[in-house]
Amino acid sequence: MRELLAELTLEPITAVLAIPFLAAVLLALLPGYWLAARLNVLAALATLLSALYLLFDRPAPTSYLFVDDLNVVFVVLATFVGFTTSVFSASYIAHELEIGRLTPRYLRFYHAMYQTLMFAMNLGLLANNIGLMWVAIELATLTTVAMVGIYRTHEALEAAWKYFILGSVGIALALFGTILVYVAARPVIGEGQDAMAWTALIAKAAGFSPELLNVAFIFLMLGYGTKVGLAPLHAWLPDAHAEGPTPISAVLSGLLLNVALYAVLRFKMLLAANPAAVSPGPLMVTMGLVSVVFAAFMLYRRRDIKRMFAYSSIEHMGIITFAFGMGGAIANFGGLLHMTMHSLTKSAIFFAVGHIAQAKGTQRLSEIRGLTESHPVLGWGLVLGVVAIAGLPPLGMFMSEFLIVSSTFARAPLLAIVLVAGLLVALGALMLRLNEVAFGQPTGSSAPVKASYVPLYAHLALVLGAGIYLPAPLVAWFQSVARLLG
Amino acid sequence: MDGLSFDIAHMLAGGLVLVSFMLLYQDRMFALLNVFALHAVVLSASVAWQAYIQDAQHLYVPAAIALGLKAIVIPVALRRIVIRLGIHRSIETVVGVGPTMLAGMGLVGLSMVVMLKATGASVDPLAREDLAFALSVVLLGLLMMVMRRNAVSQIVGFMSLENGLILAATGAKGMPLVVEISIAFSVLVAFIVIGVFLFRIRERFDSVDLAALDEFRGERR
Repeated sequence: MRELLAELTLEPITAVLAIPFLAAVLLALLPGYWLAARLNVLAALATLLSALYLLFDRPAPTSYLFVDDLNVVFVVLATFVGFTTSVFSASYIAHELEIGRLTPRYLRFYHAMYQTLMFAMNLGLLANNIGLMWVAIELATLTTVAMVGIYRTHEALEAAWKYFILGSVGIALALFGTILVYVAARPVIGEGQDAMAWTALIAKAAGFSPELLNVAFIFLMLGYGTKVGLAPLHAWLPDAHAEGPTPISAVLSGLLLNVALYAVLRFKMLLAANPAAVSPGPLMVTMGLVSVVFAAFMLYRRRDIKRMFAYSSIEHMGIITFAFGMGGAIANFGGLLHMTMHSLTKSAIFFAVGHIAQAKGTQRLSEIRGLTESHPVLGWGLVLGVVAIAGLPPLGMFMSEFLIVSSTFARAPLLAIVLVAGLLVALGALMLRLNEVAFGQPTGSSAPVKASYVPLYAHLALVLGAGIYLPAPLVAWFQSVARLLG
Repeated sequence: MDGLSFDIAHMLAGGLVLVSFMLLYQDRMFALLNVFALHAVVLSASVAWQAYIQDAQHLYVPAAIALGLKAIVIPVALRRIVIRLGIHRSIETVVGVGPTMLAGMGLVGLSMVVMLKATGASVDPLAREDLAFALSVVLLGLLMMVMRRNAVSQIVGFMSLENGLILAATGAKGMPLVVEISIAFSVLVAFIVIGVFLFRIRERFDSVDLAALDEFRGERR
């Protein structure tokens, strides 16, 4: 730990970690909603700016932290969605405070936890040490458990408990896998820090014992796969999304699932670097495909709007895992693009859903009708978001899904047929529900809500923009990452 | 490494698996907490012995944490919670003792087969057997979490699982210190979280039986 602190000098990579950490401490001490919410936004913005700086000035890897082409994508995405969610959170939480669902004391806790979560996710993404990454993901899990249970209703407590138990078991299995990787690396690299550093592991993976790596990957895939929300390890995800505050649903879907996926990807690269180890692709393809098909059918039976979009997250994490499992330049590119688009779209949908649930006073799908009439701005925002998440052109997700499907058709047509069937089933469910919720005779309160539309429409604009035109530097950047993923 | 120190390490790690089995069939709360304390003591001895034979001073820290926190503080705290909640009579197991023990034996056999096969000549024999024992403890902890319905015994199952992880981490020679401290730390944090949950659950349900929570499973209709 002391060495880690000694490394922390005034650099952007330090700022990405230090700003949320200090903000968490400060927010834990600060009473008063008005100031805390603004400080939360400000800290998230400062973190985003320092993350953007990492794009241009990349520090040399140290034994604890490093930045490369792969994790910088995740960090920029995480800090961006973290910032927009903090803007949404400010208006959302103000309403919760007004109706007395949260007390000022819990609010202090909420803000401190929000920044702790940002810190943990950034640390997990930037860690060069597989042990440190594990610690960070565990910390992120614990903070989200506390936030899911914050309303203290029966449902919230059950959701938090389920999430906690399943999440800890997953994280425990992941630690066992991490230890096995170290045991495999020790004879080749020698004792100490280097045998846990990504940079050293990747360089020397060819000499590791393949049997140990195989067993380790099973544990890591099951462990971190639980956190990605892949079926059949997904049971915690819908509850946690539905019962916590909506900003947390947005962060869970948009960011935390990605962080766990990042861990899986790193270990996949490690296995790919060892020619004798089993190929990780088929396992990921299977789990991904099962998640897509399972979640697509489950979408039809949802009665709760947040729960429905949680199942949609399972579906999309399945698509992304499938794409990375297939591998190859085009599928990896598609997976990366899909991940980015999913984070932006799903958090936008949760921004809309959060305000809608507040306006109507319910999360039940059957009690929400005619949104485009009663709340046109929110309603049309939701329509746009759902159209995007269903993968319709011209939005960004159409392009990424098209890339994934077409590259799969070229290589494994049978798998592609299953994937397309899953996508179509999900499309049907989403359109069915959207039609009921957005159009028709409005029910419930039509009173205007004090909502911040900027984060919602900013995300949707980005998704639309990406669907129409992807800037060349972005394409080149994603292509280089796709090559890195093999 | 001479034969005796190898045998002692072997015995302590094997002892941990044995105590894990003892945890499986405890049907009274206090007995369960006492056996868990024993589990932590055996772990602490095992880790301290590893520190001694590997000549790794920093490993005494996790050993001390296991002894102080898991063998004393946590069982005492859980005991008080159990008394306050008034659940110190018996705990129901979902499946009977016989099938549970058989399942446990199956899991130990599985972990031996998997780990001894996967770790070939490249790994030194002690680390190899430690890993096999550790995986057994982890799987037995999982089994216990599945078999119990009571929140307190699920916590005990989870902590015995974490003990297995610490055994694995200390058996892997020279694993960096960061991880050990963080493991201990996260157990503490996890415990605090769980503690908070217990109190919240009590506030709302006046029961820690998770069956009460099950009523709220699924979607609100």
